[in-house]
Amino acid sequence: MKACVIVFPGSNCDRDLQVALRNAMGAEPEMVWHGDSTFDDVDLITVPGGFSYGDYLRAGAMAAKSPVMREIIRRAGKGVPVLGICNGFQVLTESGLLPGALMRNANLKYVCRDVHLKVEATDTPFTQGYGNGGVLRIPVAHHDGNYFADDDLLDELQDNDQVAFRYSDANGDLTDDANPNGSRRNIAGILSRDRNVLGMMPHPERLADPALGGTDGKAMFSGLVEALS
Amino acid sequence: MSAQKTEITPDVIKSHGLSEDEYEKILEIMGREPNMTELGIFSVMWSEHCSYKSSKKWLKTLPTEAPWVICGPGENAGVVDIGDGQAVIFKMESHNHPSYIEPYQGAATGVGGILRDVFTMGARPVANLNALRFGSPDHPKTRHLVSGVVAGIGGYGNCVGVPTVGGECEFHESYNGNILVNAMTVGIADTDRIFYSAATGAGNPIVYVGSKTGRDGIHGATMASTEFSEDSEEKRPTVQVGDPFTEKLLIEACLELMATDCIVGIQDMGAAGLTSSGFEMASKGGVGVELNLDLVPQREENMTPYEMMLSESQERMLMVLKPGTEDQARAIFEKWELDFAVVGQLTDSGHMVLTHKGETVANLPIDPLALASPEYDRPWVATEKPDIIAAEEITEPDDIIAVLKQLLSCPNMASKRWIWEQYDHMVMGDTMGIGRPGGDAGLVRVHGTDKALAVTSDCTPRYCLADPVEGGKQVVTEAWRNLTATGSTPLAITDNMNFGNPEKPKIMGQFVGCIEGMKEACLALDFPVVSGNVSLYNETNGQAILPTPTIGAVGLLTQSSKAVGAGFVEDGDSIVVIGDGRGHLGQSIYLREIEGREDGTPPPVDLNLERRHGDFVRRQILEGAVNACHDISDGGLLITVAEMALSGNRGCEINKPDNGLAAHAWAFGEDQARYVVTTKDPEHLIADAKAAGVPATHIGNVSGSDISLSSHGRLGIQDLRTLHESWLPDYMAG
Repeated sequence: MKACVIVFPGSNCDRDLQVALRNAMGAEPEMVWHGDSTFDDVDLITVPGGFSYGDYLRAGAMAAKSPVMREIIRRAGKGVPVLGICNGFQVLTESGLLPGALMRNANLKYVCRDVHLKVEATDTPFTQGYGNGGVLRIPVAHHDGNYFADDDLLDELQDNDQVAFRYSDANGDLTDDANPNGSRRNIAGILSRDRNVLGMMPHPERLADPALGGTDGKAMFSGLVEALS
Repeated sequence: MSAQKTEITPDVIKSHGLSEDEYEKILEIMGREPNMTELGIFSVMWSEHCSYKSSKKWLKTLPTEAPWVICGPGENAGVVDIGDGQAVIFKMESHNHPSYIEPYQGAATGVGGILRDVFTMGARPVANLNALRFGSPDHPKTRHLVSGVVAGIGGYGNCVGVPTVGGECEFHESYNGNILVNAMTVGIADTDRIFYSAATGAGNPIVYVGSKTGRDGIHGATMASTEFSEDSEEKRPTVQVGDPFTEKLLIEACLELMATDCIVGIQDMGAAGLTSSGFEMASKGGVGVELNLDLVPQREENMTPYEMMLSESQERMLMVLKPGTEDQARAIFEKWELDFAVVGQLTDSGHMVLTHKGETVANLPIDPLALASPEYDRPWVATEKPDIIAAEEITEPDDIIAVLKQLLSCPNMASKRWIWEQYDHMVMGDTMGIGRPGGDAGLVRVHGTDKALAVTSDCTPRYCLADPVEGGKQVVTEAWRNLTATGSTPLAITDNMNFGNPEKPKIMGQFVGCIEGMKEACLALDFPVVSGNVSLYNETNGQAILPTPTIGAVGLLTQSSKAVGAGFVEDGDSIVVIGDGRGHLGQSIYLREIEGREDGTPPPVDLNLERRHGDFVRRQILEGAVNACHDISDGGLLITVAEMALSGNRGCEINKPDNGLAAHAWAFGEDQARYVVTTKDPEHLIADAKAAGVPATHIGNVSGSDISLSSHGRLGIQDLRTLHESWLPDYMAG
């Protein structure tokens, strides 16, 4: 499998994602600079977390207009899998690759902590590593992770099985207390209609190593390698 | 020579924070009357903040050397060898005055400034910490200050992508008018790529990079060198505004340039901006400087030389490059979309000459100004020793469990989760699971290696007030214990000395006493000071803060997998106390929270015992004989045990040994040189301890989900967690 990590000015989880991919692939992912309008053919494009362009204007808004995004949109249209994490998710919604928007957290504060996620879709290359689903423990770290979509869109996402992850408690119950940011219907990650684009606020790359306190993020990367090799 | 035509009157001199004697000295150095730009430059260079004029004499007495120290105080940050051709570079710095006036920007730019101090030396920042002290929770400004400072630290640190892995936060009424915001950055560099600030080579180009210069922060260093009064909020315009996005770009661009061979010297523009960085670089290299201010990138129109030289606009660096490398360097900064301007060159004149619009606007001799800054031997009086409080004088409480609940939910002991969850403490992918905030020390792996750094910050101001010498020993020692409790070998410290007005002999005596105690502890523990910062004049309307010498410290684990955390690990493990408790209640949390008293002597520090007990504990951890460890500090033994239970989410059965101490003195005494450890083989551990001359007492076992204390009752840890974790969020929501 060949993968790449897009690097915007202000990206700061690019190295974390690089490490997680390297460990899963046994090979180096390509690091692609935001100003490049093209890059090598890859089997997986990843858009990392951070504060692209300082999150000025709106989180992800400026990155969505960068030269590299035009190329990503083109390739996503051809079916290349695209994974956006945290700021990457914000970039993907801003660029129109995913529906809905990410607003400021309901309590208006940045939040960094482990949360539980219920896996809602396992028939994708991103989530096939999670077998039949289950509950994961993975950290979030964001100020603008409050997923918003109107009722019609939420119903549509649900009908099309586009919700990949929801915030839950350790038992998998979708409670308000388990929702760290006020996201509608506890949505933590969604898929595109064609299921080749995933955006998620939690950071699977941060818990893919036992020394860091957990490994629930690891299966996403090993699953991707299995699906795309 | 022309410049602004303002007349230098006694009022002008005074408003620049210069004394009459100091002005006389200026006249002597210049051989003429300075113009306004020159006066402004003298005023910031000789401000307490930049010159350390009250503290220098005493700071010089601190031990700064050890075989592992590569560079001690005097550079932007301290540098310590961590083996394999790598070094850890770190420093702590205060941003107290600006944070009180404008908490968000004050704290944010504090983080930005300390990050620059570390990456300017060639290190990639890998961890941030912060030590915060606020006024009484009842004070009307406290909530607003906590909220702004925490948001500012998070807003900056989260965006630059450096994890904030530790720190402390306390409340005390002495900080009502002067909060403390002490920020620390730890970075990692290759030992053969460390960059210093000395500028050498006449003719070499001087380059300005980063953000443009604006009118913000003018005279910030002077502001930080006076007491506050009612009208201090009018000084809001002197607080700088931070842009963490630019800082992130600056980090990447500087590190990229540092991988090349272009740089002769580099210095960030911190307090006193272009003035301070220019003088420091030139003075260290023994050269002169010519700057053309027309070439300085400017954010605002019609800026005067005075404004440009004194601006504290953020995210700026000054570099001296090797001739002919300008284009290579420029390409890197242009890639990162940062300003890059050759603004002058080094000369052999020994002077700083500034030109603006074709005219010379300042001409100052460098060494007389930089090196002849005043140094004062301020009068001081030693703090009188308070009376010792015997444990028997303190009435035994009816209910030890109720006291435990009360102590763990009081403002200073309550969980600070509400704060550190607003900080990204995991970005960069090396924050170890057992080293997340809330424990003794943050643990961060050295990227791509099996090594890890332990990082902590500590201070116990109430001890320092009661007995500066013992308090000074204790602050260094507690930092050393915190590092030891993870299994790491303590390497060195950075000190952030926050005190009141040094012109008052009592305050100066606190400073002198703390330094004396710190010195003794540093020597006994082989724990030198490699960097630091002094913040004086922390007084409002004559009310000084508690003496607060905050210690930031770094330790090394050569095998990160050997580290232990503070949380209980497994049911059935034995809980063993290392060290003897004598029930010292003077200056304890117990005395303050339960008896409403803040008196007595602090617990004495026996540095030989500290060393022996700490070395024993570390050895046991590294040999795998201990699977959790927490040092005993604020609140005493029972608080330590409860924190281990909360951290590991496991209960315990504890029995008070029959040692002749009253239950409250045993449970809450704050005697030093102690740790609580858990082990699977208590007999072996206790035998080893005995052989090493270290007291070790088996007091109970890890079990269940309650903390059970022999005849005193029990308490569910979920109930305790609710109490412990709800005080701060409830307060902030109030």
